[in-house]
Amino acid sequence: MVDVLVIGSGGAGLSAALAAKEAGASVLVVGKMYPTNSQTSMAQGGMNAALGNVEEDHVSLHIADTIKSAHGLCDEDMVRQMCADAPKTIEWLETLGMPFSRIEASQSDANQNASPFTLHSSLKSVAQRQLGGASAKRACYAQDYTGLKLLHTLYDTCLKEGIDFLDEYFLLNLIVPEDTVKGATFLNIRTGEIRQIDAKSVVIATGGYGSIYHGFTTNMYGATGDGVAAVLRAGGAVSDMEFIQFHPTALKHSCILVSESARGEGGYLVNEAGERFVDELKPRDEVARAIFSQMKEGQRVFLDVRHLGKAKLMELLPQEVELCKIHEHVDPAKELIPIKPVAHYSMGGIDVDGALEVNGIKGCFAAGECSNAKVHGANRLGGNSLLEITAFGRFAGENAFKHAVYASSKPADDAQRRKDEAEIEALFAQESGESFYTYRERLGELFYEKVGIVRENAQLSEALEEVIAMQVAQKQMGISDKSQSNNQNLVEFLEFKNALLLAPAIISAAIARDESRGAHFKIGFEEESDAFKKHIVLQWKKETA
Amino acid sequence: MIISILRSETGTHQNYRLPAGEIPLLSALIHIKETQDATLTFSAGCRASVCGTCAVRVNGREELACSYKVKPGDVIEPLQYHPVLRDLKVDKNKAKTTLKKGQTWLHSYTEAALTPKEEHLTEKQTDCILCDSCYSACPVFAVNPDFLGPFALTRAYRYTVDKREGEPKSIVDAVQQNGVWDCTLCGECTAVCPKGIDPKMDITMLRAESVKHGHSDPSFSSQSFGTPDFGGGGFGFDPNAGF
Repeated sequence: MVDVLVIGSGGAGLSAALAAKEAGASVLVVGKMYPTNSQTSMAQGGMNAALGNVEEDHVSLHIADTIKSAHGLCDEDMVRQMCADAPKTIEWLETLGMPFSRIEASQSDANQNASPFTLHSSLKSVAQRQLGGASAKRACYAQDYTGLKLLHTLYDTCLKEGIDFLDEYFLLNLIVPEDTVKGATFLNIRTGEIRQIDAKSVVIATGGYGSIYHGFTTNMYGATGDGVAAVLRAGGAVSDMEFIQFHPTALKHSCILVSESARGEGGYLVNEAGERFVDELKPRDEVARAIFSQMKEGQRVFLDVRHLGKAKLMELLPQEVELCKIHEHVDPAKELIPIKPVAHYSMGGIDVDGALEVNGIKGCFAAGECSNAKVHGANRLGGNSLLEITAFGRFAGENAFKHAVYASSKPADDAQRRKDEAEIEALFAQESGESFYTYRERLGELFYEKVGIVRENAQLSEALEEVIAMQVAQKQMGISDKSQSNNQNLVEFLEFKNALLLAPAIISAAIARDESRGAHFKIGFEEESDAFKKHIVLQWKKETA
Repeated sequence: MIISILRSETGTHQNYRLPAGEIPLLSALIHIKETQDATLTFSAGCRASVCGTCAVRVNGREELACSYKVKPGDVIEPLQYHPVLRDLKVDKNKAKTTLKKGQTWLHSYTEAALTPKEEHLTEKQTDCILCDSCYSACPVFAVNPDFLGPFALTRAYRYTVDKREGEPKSIVDAVQQNGVWDCTLCGECTAVCPKGIDPKMDITMLRAESVKHGHSDPSFSSQSFGTPDFGGGGFGFDPNAGF
């Protein structure tokens, strides 16, 4: 029986594993992919910490910016903790060899404020850049590969510390016999076996649920909220599910992200007539809505960076230029880039307390995009997600270890495993009726159209009805690949089931919230309402035997 | 258009028909799986060339499926030197153990404020997405399956020259056996890297680091019976040149 079982091997999971191991725990990291394949690799912009290397900055300003952006829906204590932890978190990464972009250190000496922290002097040369909603140049970065380099630095360190990994294990269910987690069950993707892993405590770090918007998201295919769905099934709570951030500029056909810095550097948003229609540097939710209303009028919308010139584009946005050519067949130096706003980040997720312990499941912690630690509220600030996965990933790992110290070492029986085995067997036995791939696509379209950037109660209700009909139809869907081993068809079906399970939670919370706040905008209720300055928490009722 | 994919169950290439038009190979694979053959198995993640999941071989050359534009008649096969799990999906665990053997991490942190110039020394190397393309393209694996391979040696080099590394010698020591000296400097790795990394150059530099730390090319010493002659020995390069 392992002390700390970490589920998910992205930045949050690896941070949790390293902290738990450092504290003295035996640790096992289990993920459905290889660690370096995770969505953390896709983060570009940076990681906020009030180091004040480039200009004056203070932790208090970082806190104030984050609270403002959250539109009244954050837990201010959690925000204070995350922002105060930020400089130490950057320092920790520095000691692991994180390849941050740099400035000449003498530049930073002049800007050093009286920091309450005694930090390594080597941090003084860490470069910092401006991101949206920040009152200072606060985001530490590594070119436009911050997430990639953070993830790989953490991975290298995990190898150094001898962290054990189980790759290609798909989370099926948490084992929660009496309100306390005892481990989890997994599908070994390679062999098809169902495996039970016993643990004294569990950290869930499985990422967000943006892939519900299949075909309309910047997220990777696997961002289907597997951990969030598992918590719901196990009787835990989820909250703020209706808050999904839409990024204004994704490539129109592939939904690949075009970084906000394209607008930061002076790019315009134009419609078919070539007219600009919004101040491009407004917050993400406002810009996304402005683009969306253009599209509703039948206009196509473009990002225009031609005036920046080829040389500047290649210097500032080489990755974007390449991706535009590959995926959109346009050369940004000469042509308009077709864009649309798409789902980008789930603010809501697993409802956790101040120790990141899941409400409703003792000994189970959650960190990163899957968790709702209430630091982002109704609108996440750029640069705070990489901070959250690292700072709170570590915090979750430490707390999981503390729980493990006093937890019972008596493993659970194999009831959950047998139940899961029977379910998977039934799936194999079932005639494959309708293809779930069609429904996966339909679910994405439905969410983008009716649970999207601008919402309306009538449409939300239609979406809810359709989702419920889809859940009924799901019983007729199945897998047409009957291979026991390496069955990606099966994995994708299980992912689709998780997305479909979360769908009504998102829609019903959106229906209940008769107001507009941050990323949630509803026609007929266009203002913030004090009555809704609260979290909508959802939990399944325990089945009574 | 018709493309051909190596299926592991039959060991033969299977043809699939795709609608005309220029699309990334990954979109083509997904189209086939969703509409024609759900058993076709491959790995994919981010669609944006950064997660390292979807590398395959197209007409014998390593490509990321998400960025390669599929053409009529393309032959798609799994990466080489990796056990094939199913169709285009391979087991990357053995390749990943090279990172452990090479001890490619920061061994002992030394406080040092890097300058932009010092950071640029490892900027390109840290763009690595561990897609394993270079491992698949490396001909050394045909004769020495225990070779550490290009991405591990690039990563070893990256930490060795990081000013914050207090014990570069431990990394250098770890890459002597089946490591820096086993590379033939053919440059296949450099040619296929989707991120434009140059492992061949990194390995050359790592040889120089090795010499600095008292190691020598075992093939030279055996040829010259221990005489410390590092003049290049007709191998077409000089490990000491320019350093």
